[in-house]
Amino acid sequence: MSAQEKSMSVSDEMMIEMNGVHKWYGQFHVLKNINLTVKRGERIVICGPSGSGKSTLIRCINRLEEHQQGEIIVEGTELTGNLKHIEQIRREVGMVFQHFNLFPHLTVMENCTLAPIWVRHMPKQEAEEVAMNYLRQVQIPEQAEKFPGQLSGGQQQRAAIARSLCMRPKVMLFDEPTSALDPEMIKEVLDIMIELARDGMTMICVTHEMGFAKTVANRVIFMDDGEIIEQNEPEEFFANPKNERTQLFLSQILQH
Amino acid sequence: MKTVQQQYEVGRHPDLPPPLVERGVVKWVRDNFFSDATSIVLTAVALYFLYKVVPPFVEWAFVDAVWNADHRNECRARGEGACWAVLRARIAQFTYGYYPAHLYWRVNTAFVLLFVALAPLLFEHVPGRRYLLWFSLAYPVLAFFLLWGGLGLEPVESAKFGGFLLTIVIGVTGIVGSLPLGILLALGRRSRLLIVHTISMVFIEFVRGVPLITLLFIASTLLNYFLPPGTYFDLLLRVLIMVTLFASAYLAEVIRGGLAGIPKGQFEAADSLGLGYWKSMRLIILPQALHISIPNIVNTFISLYKDTTLVVIVGLADPLGISRATLADSKWQGLSTEIYIAIAVFFFVSCFAMSRYSLYLEKKLHTGH
Repeated sequence: MSAQEKSMSVSDEMMIEMNGVHKWYGQFHVLKNINLTVKRGERIVICGPSGSGKSTLIRCINRLEEHQQGEIIVEGTELTGNLKHIEQIRREVGMVFQHFNLFPHLTVMENCTLAPIWVRHMPKQEAEEVAMNYLRQVQIPEQAEKFPGQLSGGQQQRAAIARSLCMRPKVMLFDEPTSALDPEMIKEVLDIMIELARDGMTMICVTHEMGFAKTVANRVIFMDDGEIIEQNEPEEFFANPKNERTQLFLSQILQH
Repeated sequence: MKTVQQQYEVGRHPDLPPPLVERGVVKWVRDNFFSDATSIVLTAVALYFLYKVVPPFVEWAFVDAVWNADHRNECRARGEGACWAVLRARIAQFTYGYYPAHLYWRVNTAFVLLFVALAPLLFEHVPGRRYLLWFSLAYPVLAFFLLWGGLGLEPVESAKFGGFLLTIVIGVTGIVGSLPLGILLALGRRSRLLIVHTISMVFIEFVRGVPLITLLFIASTLLNYFLPPGTYFDLLLRVLIMVTLFASAYLAEVIRGGLAGIPKGQFEAADSLGLGYWKSMRLIILPQALHISIPNIVNTFISLYKDTTLVVIVGLADPLGISRATLADSKWQGLSTEIYIAIAVFFFVSCFAMSRYSLYLEKKLHTGH
């Protein structure tokens, strides 16, 4: 995607705002003063060494993790203990996990239609049509009636992406979506994500796929030790990393 | 000697059958009975044991058995075989207890309808399942009126219930009642709400920590002290409640084990799709947790079913209670072997059916590789 193409879909509308967010696991300070804003249509890649708090950060956005200080506002709704608000936000925020987390007792089709039917109260037939469209988009329409256990890792992750899309989310969170995949399956998943980016989906991806970051990201964020160390446009980020830790990290992952 | 050497192209050689000793009955017998010295000895011992036990039993139970007689002495006069005549004479009591004979049809109807109600619950491909499920839902009420009377049907007291009828009433009620209660208790024990968690935990630990007999005694005697004087509370009803509570505490722990076996990612995926607590439990978590727990759940059901025989201690006439009465009758004294075998067969058939069903269910629900 060209730089122009990348910036085209970004609007001024604020999707996610994190102001001074802190989080602790017991004594351990995982997130330290996180300030992050994401606009509609923006695509952000978060990278950093393991244990740096990247996953925790995006998991705070749909409150799979609870933050203890600061505010997180998603689409104008602030995340607090209010269950109604949490469920409302979760309906609008899709999430793709490292280990897919498909429901093994349901077919791929049922995985995709479950939430639209039970949460959005969509009629079954309509939900199935929607699901079939997205399964076609992720190129596994022929797997619809199979169970997740019968699919390859790459197919499972694509099914998981389709499942999230079926809720027609406004933002998609990707938590290391390719880390659990065999090398030959990484590309098929990344291709789907690139296509999604082209369609203008607002995305936040935690990933080590730097090629992907260069292709689709408007901004790359580097985190270490619970802090956002550096953020920049990908060209600048990879060409002239400013912080030492960023330089060290990039030299380590780009060596091979 | 000349051997014929047939030449084949590489990769074209047809498959040959394995040699005779490596296939068929010969191989199976060798592998399973005569694979080494120990196995040969064990086979020999087993054969000798079967030779000693099976023919005499068959002779006693079938060949020399007496099926028609008016009392024990008539049996004995005709030989040494089993005196099954006692069962013929007392079959009605063993089946219905002291239920009025002219109302047996009500018990029979309830029994047949039980299977109609169970079919759509147990099997997916039952014609008209959708409508039958409504019937299943209504069945407990229907069965209640059929068995106890009311709504124009002649009322029958609980005290008249007995025999296999009693076993089935207690067993089925216990099973049907304890499953939902057990699920709620298991969820309660995992709840983050302090009160719900504490109530569930105390209940489970108390009920599980006490023998069923104690609970039955509480039901039959102690409860009277706690209830306001003059309240009458049917003994069978009290027993039904106790058995259900007892089984539900065990089930709760079994199901909690199943819940613990569900990966955290499943909860997170359900949460991230915006399914609330009850929907994610009902649609995602419980189906998987119950699936994992099937063998243990059925195990609990089987043991509950057999524990129904304990009610004889609080004076209910289950098959063992009836057998006491029968053995006390001078006409049939001393025929305990025949009677206990019959009761054992009844329990075995019921429990074996449950066990087979659980295997079938496990197989059906298996979706991965």
